[in-house]
Amino acid sequence: MSGIIAQNTLDNSGLIKAQAGGGAWNFIKKLTASASGDLSFVDGTSDVVLDSTYKEYVFTLNNIHPADHSTSQYIRFQGSTDGGSNYNVTMTTTYFRAEHYESGSTSGFGYVGGADQAQGTSFQRISDPIGNENDECGCAILHLFNPSSTTFVKHFIVNAQIAEYNDRSINTYCAGCFNTTSAIDAVQFKMNSGNMDAGDICLYGLTT
Amino acid sequence: MTGIVAQNVGRTSGLIKAASGGGGVWTLIKTLTSDGSDDDLSFVDGTDDVTLDSTYPIYLFKFINIHPETDNAEFQFNLSIDGGSNYNVTKTSTYFYTYIYESDAGAALTYNTTGDLAQSTAFQNIATNVGADNDQSVSGCLTIFSPSSTTFVKHWISQISNAHGSDLMTNPYTAGYGNTTSAVDAVQFKFSADEIQGGKIKLYGLKDSA
Repeated sequence: MSGIIAQNTLDNSGLIKAQAGGGAWNFIKKLTASASGDLSFVDGTSDVVLDSTYKEYVFTLNNIHPADHSTSQYIRFQGSTDGGSNYNVTMTTTYFRAEHYESGSTSGFGYVGGADQAQGTSFQRISDPIGNENDECGCAILHLFNPSSTTFVKHFIVNAQIAEYNDRSINTYCAGCFNTTSAIDAVQFKMNSGNMDAGDICLYGLTT
Repeated sequence: MTGIVAQNVGRTSGLIKAASGGGGVWTLIKTLTSDGSDDDLSFVDGTDDVTLDSTYPIYLFKFINIHPETDNAEFQFNLSIDGGSNYNVTKTSTYFYTYIYESDAGAALTYNTTGDLAQSTAFQNIATNVGADNDQSVSGCLTIFSPSSTTFVKHWISQISNAHGSDLMTNPYTAGYGNTTSAVDAVQFKFSADEIQGGKIKLYGLKDSA
């Protein structure tokens, strides 16, 4: 008898049966912003796993707070196929949102044509502009599917909720794909301009 | 030798060591099951084994077949910053939904201007006009980010599947923020009228470390 069995013989707790494809989330890495120009997850660097180990990865963005207060403080992201040397993968994406002013003056829902990309290589906007008053921030959950595939494009889905610079609650839905058959091995997040002054991004891998 | 160890002697795979606290990064904190006549179902930090503090950065509520006493009641929630004494946190939110009639008489995607809130302390509707037929209910989930923060507003996102009282399926998407820098330490769910008469609400916490 060896290994984990031997280590746990006679234990009546502390062991669970491994899931047979149960979809468990596995924590990989947490990056915390502090006047950060970007937060980057590069496979094989600083304990980051972003390869064929998992077929689905989830990034949670929690309380992202920008340094600047303007109409363009979006959270944006891009992928890399060369270990983070370049973040410029071709993307085609969609983006829509629901919005409501704290004053109650206006609410609405619709597609945002200027936020999508058609075979663009720019960083993709995944939120509306976040305010930088002390209590303002944005949160999001981003799913990235099978980034290591060398056969298929790489799909992603993002749902973000933010306190906007002009005192609106804005809930955005962005989805699309990296239009490449090269493996995505790094992902970078940053503001449209200026730094992320606070907040964190966690990376999880889903056992499927 | 008994139990799972005995069942797995000789195997070289199929077992993993449980993480402290139950295994995995999603931790089930509490399940509340309606006894069939609940005015509300409330999760209060520090009460009845509920954790709703800085232990986890993200919390997830799952609703499983929540059944109202009365037809066309709204399923709703509110936040508390005083341990559940008052559920009246100021909120600004959005609400849009899809629907389709069972008869196929109509289907659409639309914004609901009566479902959102603008700096209101009222309960937030996360599903409207829930059906009370024996087989009708709502199921779905609600995520809250960093409720214990004393710096930032408290963002939340919800998605529900609703068997509507007029025999249509609706799929509401609501999101917003509790506009407070006080820590949110309790969350209450109820219908706008009468009781919760069935179903479960489960609270999970998401770890941000191994």
